Amino acid sequence: MAPTPPPLSKRAVVDRYYLEHRAKVIDIAAFLDRVDRAQGDGADDFRRTALEACCRILTDGQPERARRVLELLSDHSTEPIAKSPMKGATGAVDLGAKGAR
Amino acid sequence: MYIDPHVHMVSRTTDDYQRMALAGCVAITEPAFWAGYDRSTPQGFFDYFRQLTDFEPKRAAQYGIRHHTWLCINPKEAEDPVFAREVIALIPQFLKCENVLGIGEIGLNKNSRNELEILDAHLALAAEHGLMVLVHTPHLEDKLKGTRLIMDAIRNHSRLDPGRVLIDHVEEHTVRPVLDRGFWAGMTLYPDTKCTPQRAVDIFEMHGTERLWINSAGDWGQSDPLAVPKAQIEMKSRGHTLESVRKVSFDNPLKFLSQSGRFRIA
Ligand SMILES: [Zn+2]
Repeated sequence: MAPTPPPLSKRAVVDRYYLEHRAKVIDIAAFLDRVDRAQGDGADDFRRTALEACCRILTDGQPERARRVLELLSDHSTEPIAKSPMKGATGAVDLGAKGAR
Repeated sequence: MYIDPHVHMVSRTTDDYQRMALAGCVAITEPAFWAGYDRSTPQGFFDYFRQLTDFEPKRAAQYGIRHHTWLCINPKEAEDPVFAREVIALIPQFLKCENVLGIGEIGLNKNSRNELEILDAHLALAAEHGLMVLVHTPHLEDKLKGTRLIMDAIRNHSRLDPGRVLIDHVEEHTVRPVLDRGFWAGMTLYPDTKCTPQRAVDIFEMHGTERLWINSAGDWGQSDPLAVPKAQIEMKSRGHTLESVRKVSFDNPLKFLSQSGRFRIA
């Protein structure tokens, strides 16, 4: 089946989701403020840098922002790693790390 | 009416079965997964497989829900290949259980060589027994790479038909490549790390509804066993037809799972 455009109009989409996403933008702003106000090291944390790069995608006027944000946050290497360092994931790639992928 | 084709009921309460039944759930499939800690012996997996094939179907049946399962050792416990192969050797004796649909959820977690080796051993088992496969893709930054490695690994087994393999936890960056290579794709409605109901419906709007399903992946983490009916509401309230809602939450899982010859809704 072919893609189907949303049955809702542009205005209806904004009416419906605006407040939810307004709140999320304020959450991101407050998160960045919180990191700034906090003490000690971590100002250059790769996850914060990645999040700021994501924010630039949001306003670049190009389509498929969700896909591009996910790609920006993805490991683009192609070879399996030697051994799992942990079970979890960090949510961004540390390009500055030793042996960065 | 809906099917939740990926939910880990061993870590949910009986109340959840009741609430799912009230929301219209008629059947589920439960892939074997990580318990949140590493099991210390293969015997631990033997008992888990008994729970999945014997106890859990009875618990579900109390609420009119048909329970089915997929067996494996999950990729989070694949870093010790000797141990993992001992667990894989336990699987064939459970294949005669009538609620076993195939091998799953296998795949990768951190995209390591050992994980890939154990994924390959599971794929060989599935190919040997003509079984269907349910695939877990890695989380967050590891998903894109892992999804590509998994699809390549499956392609090496020419006896495995991509139409009988579902690659789960796709998001906006992986859905197209998975569908383009002939696999089925699953979207997991899971807070923080996977899709929201809104994004899942966006993906239907962008990529169509062929060979795509939605699931809750409800488990021991913060998750929602009612995520599928919530996505149905999101889709209906946007103005999508009842036929499309039914297709993604009932007809599609029914079509895919029926290939096993063992999937039942009543
Ligand atoms: Zn799962």
